[in-house]
Amino acid sequence: MTDCDKCEELLQGYLDRELSDEEVSTAEAHLDTCDYCRRRYRFEESLRVYVRTTAAERMPPGLMERLAQLRTNDAGASPI
Amino acid sequence: MGEPDTAEPEGARRVATEARDRVRFEEEALALADQVYRVARRFVSTREEAEDLVQDTYARAFRSWQSYTPGTNLRAWLLRILTNLNVDRGRRLQRRPDETPLEENDYYLANRMVESAGEQVLDQDRVVERLSQDSIVSALSTLPDDFRDVVVLVDIGDFSYADAAQILDIPLGTVMSRLHRGRRLLKARLAEEAVS
Repeated sequence: MTDCDKCEELLQGYLDRELSDEEVSTAEAHLDTCDYCRRRYRFEESLRVYVRTTAAERMPPGLMERLAQLRTNDAGASPI
Repeated sequence: MGEPDTAEPEGARRVATEARDRVRFEEEALALADQVYRVARRFVSTREEAEDLVQDTYARAFRSWQSYTPGTNLRAWLLRILTNLNVDRGRRLQRRPDETPLEENDYYLANRMVESAGEQVLDQDRVVERLSQDSIVSALSTLPDDFRDVVVLVDIGDFSYADAAQILDIPLGTVMSRLHRGRRLLKARLAEEAVS
């Protein structure tokens, strides 16, 4: 396995902040020296942000009021 | 828990404390509704289904609020209810059974874009120009249920691997492998649009 393959394997966990300290060091040492992987790291990072922002739909108007009503309607009267 | 068997003043205090705890729980839960809805919306195909799912989730949460342990992750607790309801009701998005997932490597989308537009395409944040909002939503909806659940929780809901494992009641290693494969599939689907 090349260093780039190894970096590719670590990259998602690195972006998720789920790597061990040793794995973080391995990934960062490679990213410091490899233009190819660094470009892909930046790409993956912006893709994450883009997916998160585009796929996140705000709550429709009126839903919050309906949810708030559930708590008063429900008080002490509902079956298990 | 047994019924209180105490003198009136202590019983009354208990009732008051419980009422206060309950109101606090409800307020904290409601403050998370928008975040809960965002995840719900990507679990089902329509806005109406997402609204139903969130309402059913809150109805159940308000009924069983005492089973929540204060100080633990309330958002994860709510999502656990929501994912269980979603699975129980068979409302999950369906994937055609004959559709065999293809798997590509993690750099697949980046490399396909480089092939079509050169290495510098990655330096200029062109991902935003090349992928429409619809393409991301539709690519997510075509993922197999098990993969999408994990991708939505981690990538849209911003949950840790450990939280996702707890919410879906699956081992951590399963979260990691489903996330890994789900993201690869997502990128393969996005690549179809980005370079077409």
